[in-house]
Amino acid sequence: MSTSTNSRRTRESAAAVVGSPQSRRPGTKPVNWRRTGAWVLVVIAVVVTIAPFLWMLRTALSSNHSLASNAGNLLPADFSWGAFQRVFGLQSPEQAIAEGGSGADINFWLYLRNSIIFATLTTAGQVFFSAMAAYAFSRLRWPGRNKVFAIFLATMMVPPIFTALPNFLMIKNLGLLNTFAGLALPFMFMTPFAIFFLRQFFLSMSREVEEAAMLDGAKHLRIFFQIVIPNAAAPLATLALLTFIGQWNEYFWPLLVGQDESVRVLTVGLGVFKSQSPQGAPDWSGLMAATLVAALPVLILFIAFGKKVVNSIGFSGIK
Amino acid sequence: MTILAKHAEPAAPPQSGKPSRFGIRRIGDLKIALLFIFPAMIGFVLFFLVPTIRGIYLSFTEYSILGDPTWIGIKNYTSIFSDDLFWNAMAVTVQYVALNIGFQTVIAIGLALLMHRVAKSTFIRGALLLPFLVANVIVALLWFWMLDYQLGIVNEIISWMGLPRIAFFGSEQWAIPTIAFVNVWRHMGYTALLIFAGLQSIPNHVYEVANLDGASPTRTFWSITMPLLRPVLVLVLVVTVIGSFQVFDTVAVTTGGGPVNASRVIQMYIYQKAFGESDFGYASALSVILFIILALVAFIQMKFLKGNETDLD
Repeated sequence: MSTSTNSRRTRESAAAVVGSPQSRRPGTKPVNWRRTGAWVLVVIAVVVTIAPFLWMLRTALSSNHSLASNAGNLLPADFSWGAFQRVFGLQSPEQAIAEGGSGADINFWLYLRNSIIFATLTTAGQVFFSAMAAYAFSRLRWPGRNKVFAIFLATMMVPPIFTALPNFLMIKNLGLLNTFAGLALPFMFMTPFAIFFLRQFFLSMSREVEEAAMLDGAKHLRIFFQIVIPNAAAPLATLALLTFIGQWNEYFWPLLVGQDESVRVLTVGLGVFKSQSPQGAPDWSGLMAATLVAALPVLILFIAFGKKVVNSIGFSGIK
Repeated sequence: MTILAKHAEPAAPPQSGKPSRFGIRRIGDLKIALLFIFPAMIGFVLFFLVPTIRGIYLSFTEYSILGDPTWIGIKNYTSIFSDDLFWNAMAVTVQYVALNIGFQTVIAIGLALLMHRVAKSTFIRGALLLPFLVANVIVALLWFWMLDYQLGIVNEIISWMGLPRIAFFGSEQWAIPTIAFVNVWRHMGYTALLIFAGLQSIPNHVYEVANLDGASPTRTFWSITMPLLRPVLVLVLVVTVIGSFQVFDTVAVTTGGGPVNASRVIQMYIYQKAFGESDFGYASALSVILFIILALVAFIQMKFLKGNETDLD
């Protein structure tokens, strides 16, 4: 590519990138054009990302029967809380059917509770046990340490579907199908990612406090609980947040072992909700209200701790 | 994983070889270490190691959950080789991966450049990440509604523009592109953030030199940004391609593999074989094949794109 034709644009864009004083000189209008174009793209990307969520809200607040006649209307069609009432079982079956629901009994409170139990149990177990293992892999000296760690890491390469079938058989043989134990056990002890993630932080922690505690005669358990864990509170919280969101969204495993209503989690419940919709005229408002309710905990967590999540992606890299 | 380690380990002290005040004995902290890794070890053995071995074993058996598995040698594998549905599933999956990864990577690089040079606020990065944090199932249902043939807003806009409505999930030719698009939407922000982290690690002075040499932005992008981004990009590609091959949730809640076989991706086929037809031996053989394919894909990408090396030195 010839540089002569592009030299002017080069200087401008470079100015935009590095922020050299040139960009502040008058008569650099084309720079602004370039930036304007870039900002238009940014706005498009944000709108494309956010608009579907607003459409979800709009549909959930619509009356199901009015959706057909107002398909292109941007505001809720015939505003109604009916969809949310159906989701939470506040409508009688007759009323629900009259408003376009299936009338089937869907117990979202139960699914919500199950999702909370499942995600909390797995997150707590996974983060705690992974932290213990990461401590052994970073702060303790023992023969074979790096080999064992490498073997642990290698399992990161095994695709979940590969272990899912044998794990299902094991849970079934143990008689744990449709129990929280069966749902949670495979996730509860460790994931290679969690150990890897925490080990990085433990390695970078200063040894001085630890050695001082050692000289005072503190044992490893006390050091772990009173020095390492409090000092690693931030990465532990980040990991817990990422794990919780991941577990909240898990679908495949609960689909295999948690079909029964008593342990059915929200993601599986949503699938059932969709398939229960009467053919021809699905209960779209009900479905969108349900997805909104299911997404809400993650949205709240994200609004509260979003910065942490955003900044943790990058160096923690890949889940 | 070297790159990740490099990023995350800025202050890691050299651990080995340095004799410290404690742990002088050869055995070191072995006893206490065993205590600390005991729970993780249980999880590793019971839910990773044993199932991996058992999965390989089951792939050589006929097993319908009732009774015991019977050894049939490589019969599952030979049947798979002449199984039209398997080849169909592979073709569908590869088509999905190509569409998904192709669009996703290009869009993500664009977004990452925008994040890096123009829109530097955490708020915008957070907004773009949002779809990734919401469950697959929710994203799938949301788009299932928005792309509905009759009432979906997208078809509403299409017909408003005077074009014929499209049966996105309901037609054989559109099912896979649609599912691929839905997951591009879900993953583009996340992928962009990963690439963005890679962009941040490119030192500024390289750009300044290029600027002094009078390189055009296009030239700078192809001759500097892309080569220096390569290790991160390879890693991102390996991870996203491996994830993409295992697409299931979106298919399961929208098309269920249909219409006919149009969107029966490989993991859907495994699921149907195991839980629809109770053919665990066959399903295990299929997942061994998927495992091998994924390992090969990762290996080839690392090898040919030289993901381990950096041009920065």
